[in-house]
Amino acid sequence: MVRLGAFGVGLLFVVTLLWAAVQPRDPVQPDPVEKYHLAPVAIDWSWRGPGNAGIFGTFDRAQLQRGFAVYKGICSACHAIHRVAFRDLADIGFTAPQIKALAKEYDIPSIDDKTGEPSTRKGLPSDKFPLIYPNEIAARAAQNGALPPDLSLITKAREGGANYVHSLITGYRDAPKDWQVPDGLYYNPYFRSLNVAMPPPLSGDGQIEYADGTKATKDQMARDVATFLTWTAEPKLEARRSTGVAAVLFLAALSVLAYLSYVRVWADIKHPKAGAVPAE
Amino acid sequence: MSFPWAKHYQPTTTFGRYLDAKLPLPRFIYDSVGAGYPAPKNLNYFYNFGFLAGAALMIQIITGIVLAMHYRADTSLAFDSVEHIMRDVNSGWLIRYMHAVGASFFFAVVYIHIFRGLYYGSYKAPREVLWMLGVVILLLMMAAAFMGYVLVWGQMSFWGATVITNLFSAVPYVGETLHTWLLGGFAADNATLNRFFSLHYLLPFVILGVIILHVWALHIPGSNNPTGVDVKGPQDTVPFHPYYTAKDFFGLSVYLMLFAGVVCFLPNALGEPDNYIPANPLATPAEIVPEWYLLPFYAILKSFTVDFLFIPAKLWGVLAMVSAIALLFFLPWLDTSPVRSNTYRPLNRIFFWVLVADCLVLGYCGGHPPVEPLVRIGQLAAAYYFAHFLLIVPFVARIEKPLPLPHSINEAVLGKESKTGAPIGLQPPGYNETPAGTLGSGGATPQPAE
Ligand code: HEC
Repeated sequence: MVRLGAFGVGLLFVVTLLWAAVQPRDPVQPDPVEKYHLAPVAIDWSWRGPGNAGIFGTFDRAQLQRGFAVYKGICSACHAIHRVAFRDLADIGFTAPQIKALAKEYDIPSIDDKTGEPSTRKGLPSDKFPLIYPNEIAARAAQNGALPPDLSLITKAREGGANYVHSLITGYRDAPKDWQVPDGLYYNPYFRSLNVAMPPPLSGDGQIEYADGTKATKDQMARDVATFLTWTAEPKLEARRSTGVAAVLFLAALSVLAYLSYVRVWADIKHPKAGAVPAE
Repeated sequence: MSFPWAKHYQPTTTFGRYLDAKLPLPRFIYDSVGAGYPAPKNLNYFYNFGFLAGAALMIQIITGIVLAMHYRADTSLAFDSVEHIMRDVNSGWLIRYMHAVGASFFFAVVYIHIFRGLYYGSYKAPREVLWMLGVVILLLMMAAAFMGYVLVWGQMSFWGATVITNLFSAVPYVGETLHTWLLGGFAADNATLNRFFSLHYLLPFVILGVIILHVWALHIPGSNNPTGVDVKGPQDTVPFHPYYTAKDFFGLSVYLMLFAGVVCFLPNALGEPDNYIPANPLATPAEIVPEWYLLPFYAILKSFTVDFLFIPAKLWGVLAMVSAIALLFFLPWLDTSPVRSNTYRPLNRIFFWVLVADCLVLGYCGGHPPVEPLVRIGQLAAAYYFAHFLLIVPFVARIEKPLPLPHSINEAVLGKESKTGAPIGLQPPGYNETPAGTLGSGGATPQPAE
């Protein structure tokens, strides 16, 4: 009975699938985007460690600070990093007074404690970086209908991560002849639709004055800000890797010991000796 | 289970005797995973995966309980609370990555465990109920994993929930009502998220309960083994402890090492970047894909592209996806070969490996956008999946001539083969060298189906 039923059901599914497989397909139009779309350029990041393997590397604090300078000087005009608190910057080498002073530069929405009216107050180290626009509608109204995403998680929210951010902001170029760029958009082969609403944020060398004297080339700024955004997306990255190295070493040693004890326990079964008493 | 030669628990202290009289917990442990449980002595490393699955479940439960202390099941807070865990909770990143990667490892381990069962014929008599309980566990795991993925309330969570719950609307007549009832509304929203959280917390404990039944059912006939030949006597077994406890401990160490490596170095490798974008009901992602462990079934669902026999394509897909798992319940009666292990089944073994490849192909097709030739490949692969279990396996069992079986596990370990060349179930009566009296309660060798 079971086999007869199975035979019927099986035949039914197989015939249906084969029937579907032999149906003629609509001819597919070649996707024009695919023709020009580029995969992000792969970069050897210092924080990915030897071999770009992502096992040992740590962030270069100076680079993170430069990246923050790029973010603050350029990207923060449009993009928030609302998941990051001012005090988190201690992790990238800012001192407590520096953080306090930086937080003070920002106005944080609050309630006036005399009138109860909405107002603002000076930022505190425990505050998050404020939103740039109060809501999506305001952002789109100010940005020609486009929405600049919050950048806190951007390197984890896009295929290619830091490579993608670096390629995107350095990848603007003239559109090919047969490609239409609508008004208010910019051609960028790394962007999914090739037409991105973000104006090229990096205009040229020296747009930012780096405190550590590093020459602020376009590529340098892009690398630095992509590194900074990797940190904002994964602030516990260094702790994670060092935990991983310790855990894997410990467990490797444990595995060796466990293997040796396994071999020892089984010795009398695998190589029986006459008269030996089995382990117990 | 107890073979007649199983040792019995002997409390040695006064307290031990007292406890044994009132609550024989030590006896229970001794008899189930201690020296009181004889197991075949030829179990290979693939037999570690059952224990590893249990370990994986415990990791999920422990990390999950901690996550639930910090998570908020509210569509406006869920995504933020996950990021709060990642950034502000002490070691929250570790707990969350262990939970997310742990789900993948759990499935990987369970799939290996299932294919091991398929290869060595562990689903056959007398272990049918054991196998069916395993299928129940798989179904529960899928439900739990799916709902857990939704809790993040990222783009993939939301759209995955939308697509999967939408399948219920394919049910004739009551589909729409069912769909609304399941979601608690017309679209995935707060009500959905809340019930998913509630069920996601519940299901692991249901799984734990079924695992207890699964292990109980295992202990009645005892473990199968790579030869598939029944245990004949004490020379075929070793006490579970210390032999398999030592082996499982070694397996666990290696497992945890790999797990720690992925958690700490590649925690997002198996995830979708889109799920780091907060859910947005107004923006559909370019591609909606489930987690890797559901991809083969997703591919089967997508393969039904045409209405056929007055049944709409969508309903075909849903029926097929459900059947793809449900058919496993019938496998013990579909495969009538008296020989369990594929080591001695030259023809079936080939189809086993074709099935493994087929599942990988299905997984690949499920994870990629539906463009030719992938759709056709997926359709053929899905057809093979059903043909394998429902047509080929029953047929092969009829025509295959198995290789000579060893007389006993002990003989197989020592590397001898049956002298008559016939499978053990087909040996002439009285051929058995082992006196019948020493046969355990482990059930008789399966007889060829009449
Ligand atoms: C003048 C405003 C403006 C500035 C300055 C700006 N952006 Fe943008 N950005 C946008 C807008 C608008 C979008 C949305 C683009 C779209 O959806 O087409 C965007 C999108 C992005 C995206 C997401 C692209 C995607 O895949 O969706 C990234 C990454 C990004 N910006 C990085 C940066 C970085 C890094 C900087 C600083 C170097 C920066 N932006 C400066 C306006 C800006």
